[in-house]
Amino acid sequence: MRITNTRRISQIFFFTLFLWFGIVSTLGERFFQLRGWPINWFLQLDPLSGLALLLATHTVYAGLLWGVATLALTLFLGRFFCGWLCPYGAWQQFMGWLGKRGLSAPAAVERNRPHPAQRVKYWLLAALLAAAAADLVHWLLAGVVRQPLLLWPLSALAVVVVIALLLFKTSSAFRFWGVLLGALLAAGLLMELLVPQNRWLAAALQTGLLDPIALMHRTFNLVILPLADGPLNLLSATARTYPGAMPIGLLFLLFTFLCLRIPRFYCRFVCPLGALLGVLSRWSVWRIGKKENRCADCRLCERDCEGACAPAGAIRISECVLCMNCLDPCRHDLIGYRTQPSAAGQHDTPDWSRRQVVTSLAAGLVAAPLLRLEGAATVGWHPEVVRPPGALAEVDFLARCLKCGQCMRVCPTQVIRPAGLQGGFEGLWTPMLDFRVGSSGCQLNCVACSHVCPTAALRPLSVDERLGRGGFAQAGPLRLGMAFVDRGRCLPWAMDTPCIVCQENCPVSPKAIFTREMWQAVRNGRHTVRSVTDARVVLSAPLVAGQYGTGDYFCRKGGGVPVPIAANDAEALTLALPPGEAEKAIPAVGDSVEILIRLQQPQVDPARCIGCGVCEHECPVQGRRAIRVTAENESRQRGHRLIL
Amino acid sequence: MNDLDPQPDRPERRWFLRRLLRAGLGGLGIGALGWAFWDRRGPQSGEESPSNDPLPDYSIPGQARRLAMVHGADRGASVTAALAALGGMERFIQTGDRVLLKVNAAFAAPPMIGATTHPEVVTRVARLCFEAGAHQVLVTDNPINDPASCFALTGIAAAAQAAGAQLLLPTDQRFENYSLPNGRLIRRWPLLRAPLRQVNKVIGLAPVKDHHRSGASMTLKNWYGLLGGRRNIFHQEIHTIIAELAMLIRPTLVILDGTASMMRNGPTGGSLDDLKPTQTLIAGTDPVAVDAAGAALLDKTVDDLPYLRMAERLGVGTVDYRSILVK
Repeated sequence: MRITNTRRISQIFFFTLFLWFGIVSTLGERFFQLRGWPINWFLQLDPLSGLALLLATHTVYAGLLWGVATLALTLFLGRFFCGWLCPYGAWQQFMGWLGKRGLSAPAAVERNRPHPAQRVKYWLLAALLAAAAADLVHWLLAGVVRQPLLLWPLSALAVVVVIALLLFKTSSAFRFWGVLLGALLAAGLLMELLVPQNRWLAAALQTGLLDPIALMHRTFNLVILPLADGPLNLLSATARTYPGAMPIGLLFLLFTFLCLRIPRFYCRFVCPLGALLGVLSRWSVWRIGKKENRCADCRLCERDCEGACAPAGAIRISECVLCMNCLDPCRHDLIGYRTQPSAAGQHDTPDWSRRQVVTSLAAGLVAAPLLRLEGAATVGWHPEVVRPPGALAEVDFLARCLKCGQCMRVCPTQVIRPAGLQGGFEGLWTPMLDFRVGSSGCQLNCVACSHVCPTAALRPLSVDERLGRGGFAQAGPLRLGMAFVDRGRCLPWAMDTPCIVCQENCPVSPKAIFTREMWQAVRNGRHTVRSVTDARVVLSAPLVAGQYGTGDYFCRKGGGVPVPIAANDAEALTLALPPGEAEKAIPAVGDSVEILIRLQQPQVDPARCIGCGVCEHECPVQGRRAIRVTAENESRQRGHRLIL
Repeated sequence: MNDLDPQPDRPERRWFLRRLLRAGLGGLGIGALGWAFWDRRGPQSGEESPSNDPLPDYSIPGQARRLAMVHGADRGASVTAALAALGGMERFIQTGDRVLLKVNAAFAAPPMIGATTHPEVVTRVARLCFEAGAHQVLVTDNPINDPASCFALTGIAAAAQAAGAQLLLPTDQRFENYSLPNGRLIRRWPLLRAPLRQVNKVIGLAPVKDHHRSGASMTLKNWYGLLGGRRNIFHQEIHTIIAELAMLIRPTLVILDGTASMMRNGPTGGSLDDLKPTQTLIAGTDPVAVDAAGAALLDKTVDDLPYLRMAERLGVGTVDYRSILVK
């Protein structure tokens, strides 16, 4: 079998596997449901996520260790992940193939000519990793500063190295990086020493925005699946709505269309994961290369070159995605996947300049504090950003969230949506609860999202912990936020209309929503009694037939007890008289009577409310709900505590 | 660009073996790194253990509780007289001591409004400390309004400077999360700890003020200014928090300045009409007793201020100030 066919089978297999994982991310125990499927396997294999998380949190969480395998294999094989495994790569390659069908060979070769803009992805990688790294730098520096035995020797060493490098003749690259790192280390230690607790280095994890696997998951979860399953209703009974998903879909569409013109557009110019693997592949043992440097220069090998790595000449190893499309077209069998360097020469490192890399790193380092300047993670927090159960405190949460949308996908009530800019630029596409969408609020006994989160931005919860049972009784139930009654919109509060749907649906026991009974005189409800026959009381003014027969209305004569109204026609009320009290309660001719409505007005008990939002979802005031949950009093941020 | 040409003098086999070795070592290195930082369980729920370095007791060991009450319109003279009645500042401050003056600088208002500790009191107490041999005197508070403005407008910054005391602003890094042993409200709460760490004596300087929620703001309520965070949440249980504050800080000395008392419209005041020339200054080692004595200046009794008896029940003082009054 030809190697390209093997590659195609691999791509189709992994693409299908990706789709399958997307489909089975449905809560349930059947084989096509969540059960034990490793639905995050692609995200875990993705070393960009793992590395960024390592930088931002100083840990490699659980399955993210898979990224080590990808990195190690890349050191041997090159960018196999891009060419053989990545579902987004496969999609791009397919679109590129569609776009170049029927093209003449020279025109196809032209599309695959290396472009200077291919270095942009390395800039993006450097900037994204630098933005995530600041916290690790801070952590290490703080660790050093706490150890005087380490601090002074290290500072001295940094200074000595810088001076030595400046004085003595060394290779230019060595001197440059040595001086830069030494100076940065010395400056960092000095800063850390002078302002120990001031967080002058902040980390921002934004790799998820451009990471192809996160992008693919996000697009599949929030755009493709809702569109596909909307009319089918195979995976959820109700159609999925994700406010804020439109730009996610547009971006996907944009890059898909661009592939029609330039194959693997995203891989070549944007993908930071490809860039990371590209940097590593300079050390790869096996690589594409020519056996001899003599060829007819037919360039047929570049006709379908996916990485635009110019295998006909000096191959750009870092751009090669191992599509193997160059092997077979060569009539003289000059090109192979070999352990020897290419006879035509090769470029090992990406086409970047030192200045560009330093600029990108600096941009990333500055980006993180710049994002924090918004204060959305601290004092400027937005109360509408109610995070799913298990979410860490905001700063820790943001250091982990990849914006992959797995939590939104698995949520059985589809109440989790991607945030827009509510949580600041930093929080774009992170999960927040929107109780107007979805099929219900956040279910009381559900902890699904916390278990599918690949990075523990939502840490795994047990139902006991969520509900504050068993060993968690002391801590009490987890609160996502708190419900507030809007008394200007609530029917019983503002419109003398019985309702309390919120109270009935409150799933907490004892209920967090309770009611206070209230007797309210109805509008134009004061009348004089014209005549009385048994329980039928004829009034002076005409009535709307049936208006007061709902069981909620009462008739009271001056200062007396309210008597329930059983029915009314256009001129008279029929009272429902309690037996034995008939005499006293019936008004007499000429009496002034008042028609009352008995209302139950909802109140929220802040000690009980867990912010699940079922009340908000059910509230019949549909536009802007009359009871709304905000992040007030959420457990994850002690500072947001509302009551003692 | 790094062009790595194969070196013709070296056999290709060696080139391959070198690469293989490098890739192997690289793979192992990455694996080791990943393994070293591997976190199988993920972050756990954030229950921290309470801080294991509780605040020290700043009172002078072995001294009986005492309280002195002096009358007069001259604050400086009153301070000196009250201290003299207690046996002189030397009984509290020894040579080499580092002293923290916890003032009430809550509002960015001029001193004449009476909403903050009067600068004259600050200067006089600081000077007395230095005369008694203090090595260093610090002045701090975490006010409600902007800190820098508060210290400037209340005249406290200038007063501290005039006496050679050092003003510490409540910057972020001076706070630490603190749990009060046996406390219910002060749990993992930001406390203005850095100044407290720098000293071995603490003196509280407070004005006498009406306070709508708690009844009165005097020397005990003054410790509120050592809390950070969204501390106004504690207004839900104001008496409990003041009682816990009484447990939190066991001062060397407190001085309650009732030369003019804010009778109404507190704790901000804002008008001279809110003040009454009560011409009394109370100093003592027991803040509960000092505040109990001060209640009368606001025409209140101990029973109007529930936190006093709560603090007494917690064993940090007595409301029966007459029993410790120095005649």
